[in-house]
Amino acid sequence: MIRTEELLLNVGPQHPSTHGVFRIIVKLDGEVITEATPVMGYLHRGTEKLAENLTYTQIIPYTDRMDYVAAMTNNYVLCYAVESMMGLEVPERAEYLRLVVMELQRIASHLVWWGTYLLDIGAMSPFLYAFRDREKIIDLFNELCGARLTYNYMRVGGVKWDAPEGWLDKVRDLIPYMEEKLKEYDRLVSGNEIFLARIRGVGAYDAQTAIGYGLSGANLRCTGVDWDLRKNAPYSLYDRFEFEVPTGERGDCHDRYRIRLEEIRQSLHILRQAMAQFPEPGPTMGKVPRVIRPPAGEIYAAIESPRGELGCHIVSRGKAEPYRLKFRRPSFVNLQILPKLLVGETMTNLITILGGIDIVVGEVDC
Amino acid sequence: MGDLLREPLTAGNALLFLLAAAGLLLIVLGFVTYAIYFERRVIGWMQLRVGPNRVGPLGLLQTVADIFKLLIKEDTIPRKADRALFVLAPVLAYVPAFAVLAVIPYTSGLYFADLNVGLLYYVALSSMTTLAIVLGGWASNNKYALLGGMRSAAQMISYEVPLVMSVVGVVMLSGSMNLRSIVAAQGDWFWQWHFLPQLIGFAIFVVASVSELNRTPFDLPEAESELVAGYHVEYSGFRFAFFMLTEYVYVYAIAALTTVLFLGGWHPPAPFLDIVPGLIWFVLKFALVVFVLFWLRATFPRLRVDQLMGFGWKVLLPLALLNIFVTAAYMELWIK
Repeated sequence: MIRTEELLLNVGPQHPSTHGVFRIIVKLDGEVITEATPVMGYLHRGTEKLAENLTYTQIIPYTDRMDYVAAMTNNYVLCYAVESMMGLEVPERAEYLRLVVMELQRIASHLVWWGTYLLDIGAMSPFLYAFRDREKIIDLFNELCGARLTYNYMRVGGVKWDAPEGWLDKVRDLIPYMEEKLKEYDRLVSGNEIFLARIRGVGAYDAQTAIGYGLSGANLRCTGVDWDLRKNAPYSLYDRFEFEVPTGERGDCHDRYRIRLEEIRQSLHILRQAMAQFPEPGPTMGKVPRVIRPPAGEIYAAIESPRGELGCHIVSRGKAEPYRLKFRRPSFVNLQILPKLLVGETMTNLITILGGIDIVVGEVDC
Repeated sequence: MGDLLREPLTAGNALLFLLAAAGLLLIVLGFVTYAIYFERRVIGWMQLRVGPNRVGPLGLLQTVADIFKLLIKEDTIPRKADRALFVLAPVLAYVPAFAVLAVIPYTSGLYFADLNVGLLYYVALSSMTTLAIVLGGWASNNKYALLGGMRSAAQMISYEVPLVMSVVGVVMLSGSMNLRSIVAAQGDWFWQWHFLPQLIGFAIFVVASVSELNRTPFDLPEAESELVAGYHVEYSGFRFAFFMLTEYVYVYAIAALTTVLFLGGWHPPAPFLDIVPGLIWFVLKFALVVFVLFWLRATFPRLRVDQLMGFGWKVLLPLALLNIFVTAAYMELWIK
C-alpha cells in the first residue's frame, strides 16, 4: 500500500492571485481541496473605530481606502447616509456629477476585475488592454478631483469640485470608445474555448444558497435573482434612467463574467442618458450647516457598488462625530461563501472561484 | 561536417568536433539570449507595452544584463532541501536539452551526428528533462514546487505519447527515422512538405510540442497565478538560470525539429528559389516557428490540469492513432 497524506498548503498572504494580502489555508488531497480556511485581517485598519473620533467630512477620505478600486461609490454611501439623516437637499448638478462618476467608477472597477481575472486564468494580454481603457477613466477622475485612486470627491450635501471646462465632452467621447472596446474584448476573450472550459460550471451555487449567505451584486445576480439596489431601492437619480439588470441562470463563474461585462454596457447606457440631460452649470454644494450634526438616531443606507450592496449604518447621538459607524462591505460578505465553494475543487479552480467573487482586500478587512 | 564524420577518428578530428560543439553551444546561448529579448519585445508589442529598450542600443543587452545578474546572485539552497538532488536537477535538465541538438541537420552538409534513429534519440533524451523537473520539485522541499513537479510529470508523460505518435506518419512516408533522410524525402515544392499531407500529424505535433515546452496555454507546471513559480520556486541565481536556459534550448530544439520534420528543412519553397542558400531557408522557417510560440503566449489563457489530461489522452492520442491508420491506408492504396 502506498501511504498518502493530506497536504496543508498556505496560499497567501503573499501570493500573486489572492489580490492583495488575503490568505487561504487549504488541505489538499492530491490537487483536490478537502478543506479551506480563509484568513483575513492583514489589511485591517480599524476604519470604523477611527471614524468615531472624526467629523463626517473627515471620514470621507477613509472610505476611499476601503474599496480602493471603486472609491467613488464608497464616498457616496457615507454622504448619502448622512444626507438622508439630516434631510439635506443636494443640488441637481451635484447629484448628476455624482451619478456620472459612480457609473464611470463601476466601469473602471469592472475593467480591473476583467483584466485581473484573465490574468488569474493565465492570459496576460487582456490585463493590459483593460488597464489601457481604465486609464482613460482614471484620467477623467484625475482632472475632476486631482486624484487617481483615492478621490475624496464627494461631500455631505454635494461634491467638492464642479466639472472643469470640457470634462463633460470627454465623458461623452468615452462612451462610444468603450462600446467599441467592449466588442473587442468579446472578440478576444469571451468566446475563447480554453477560457470557457475554465469558467463554465465552476463555482456554481443556487439562488437559495446565495441569499442564505447574503451575497449581493454579480455574485447574487448570477443565480437569476433580479436584485439591484439601483432598481429595487433607488437612490440618487437612478429612477430617472432606463437600464437593465443582467442576470444569469447557472450561478457559475461564466455567468458572473457575462454579468459584469454586461453591467459595463448598461453603465454606458446610463451615462449616455445622463450626458443627454445633464443640467446647466449651477451650485454643486447644497445648504449644509458649518458643523454637520445629524440628529440623534440611526440610519442604514445602502447602494449598489460594483461589488454588491454597500451599506452604511450610522448611529448618531447628535454630535459632530458618529457614535458608531458600520460599513456593510460587499467584498467581506461575498467572501463568506468561499470555504463552501472550494471543497472538492482543485487548486486551479481555487484561483478561478476566488477571482470570480471579485474581492478587494481593502474592503474585506476595512 | 558530413565528410568529417565519415573519416576515422584521429586526435585532430576529435579536436575539430570539440570546437564545433563549443561553437554550437555559443550559437545556442546566443539564440537563447536573443530569443528572450525577442519574446519580450514581441509580447510587449502585442500588449501595448514597449518591452526592454534601455540596456544597450534598443535594449539588446537586456538579457545579457539579466544573466549577469543571475550569475552574481547569492546561490541559496533551502536548509531542508535534499542538497544533492537539488544541485543535480538543473544540470540533469540542461544536459539532455543540449544533447538532443546533435541530431538536428541544418543543411545537407551541416549536421553533427548522422543517426539512423535520430528521431527516436531526440524523443528518448528529451524525456529525461521531465525527470529533472520532478527531481527539482521534490528536492526543493516546497509544496508549490512539489505540485509543479507532479503536474509536470503528468503533463509531459501524457503529451509525449501523442508527440511520438504524431511523427509516426512522417516516418512512414519518408521510410526513415534519420532526420536527414526525412528532409530529403520532402519534395521541392512547399506543398510537398510533410505539413500538408500530414496535416493532422502536424497539428498534433504542434499542440503536443507546445505542451512539452511548458508554454502557454500548457504552462501548468509553472502556472504563475496558481503555483507562484512551480517547480523552480526555490531556485535562485545560476541554478534558476539553468532551468530557464533549458526551456529556451528546448524552444530551439522543437523549432528546429518542426522545421526538419514538417517544413522541409533547408529546402526552398520552390525549386527556382534555390539561389538562396539552404541555411537561410532553415533559419527563416525556424524563426517563424519561434515567433508562433511567442505569439501563442500573448494570446491564450491556461488550461486546467484535468482538462489538459483529458485533451491529451482523449483527443490527441486517438487522433494520432487515426492519423497513422489513414497514412498506412493511403500508402497501401495509392503509393503501391
